[in-house]
Amino acid sequence: MHFSVQIQTQDFDLSHEIGVLRQNQTGVGAVCSFVGTVRDRNEGDHVASLELEHYPGMTEKSIERMITEAQSRFDILGARVIHRVGLLKPLDQIVLVAVTSPHRGESFKACEFLMDYLKTQAPFWKKEATPQGHRWVDARVSDDKALARWGIQAQNAPAQG
Amino acid sequence: MRVTIRYFAAIREHIGLSAEEVQTTAADLNALRSELIARGDPYAVALEDGKAIRMALNQQVCDGNTRLLADAEVAFFPPVTGG
Repeated sequence: MHFSVQIQTQDFDLSHEIGVLRQNQTGVGAVCSFVGTVRDRNEGDHVASLELEHYPGMTEKSIERMITEAQSRFDILGARVIHRVGLLKPLDQIVLVAVTSPHRGESFKACEFLMDYLKTQAPFWKKEATPQGHRWVDARVSDDKALARWGIQAQNAPAQG
Repeated sequence: MRVTIRYFAAIREHIGLSAEEVQTTAADLNALRSELIARGDPYAVALEDGKAIRMALNQQVCDGNTRLLADAEVAFFPPVTGG
């Protein structure tokens, strides 16, 4: 259970997840975590809620492969990824990436690597409710650039004309 | 051959289906996409050429030149926006 992925509708508790990740892991000297939350604004518009869709089965497998890749790149001892799906509102937590390692540098890097990878490669789609109606969120070129720093070409976002 | 096709997000909404089984002679995913477009709307609009569409074969991201396999699970979806 020191490397695991969970897709769920319910909320998560950061302290609990880190506790599980660290349990009996006496070699751990660093824990780095990232929590993504729902903003009430996007592209200049107010966002009342978000609906998150995923590809059951493929989503889990793709994140498991990202964790395997992180293990090959960084000296890490554990990783936990939780991503919520369904209806979410501003202030809600969406995603957790937590990584343990002997020393801080590797967990900082692995946590950012996993988030950059997940943003452009894991099959999730966000639909947001704005005053103008519902709209699907566009993929960002900046997210592909973030992943490119790790030497991985994503090309998730459409080419800009 | 028979394949299962799954649609997600805006493509699922356009087509009005999340999955369907089809009988096809398409050699690769691009050819399968063309067969679907040839059905006319709503497929033609949802999957039209030039639109940013990502594909997966048996739950692994791939490109349109990937060979189709009998009993495969194919997916068409927009660029991903999780996290």
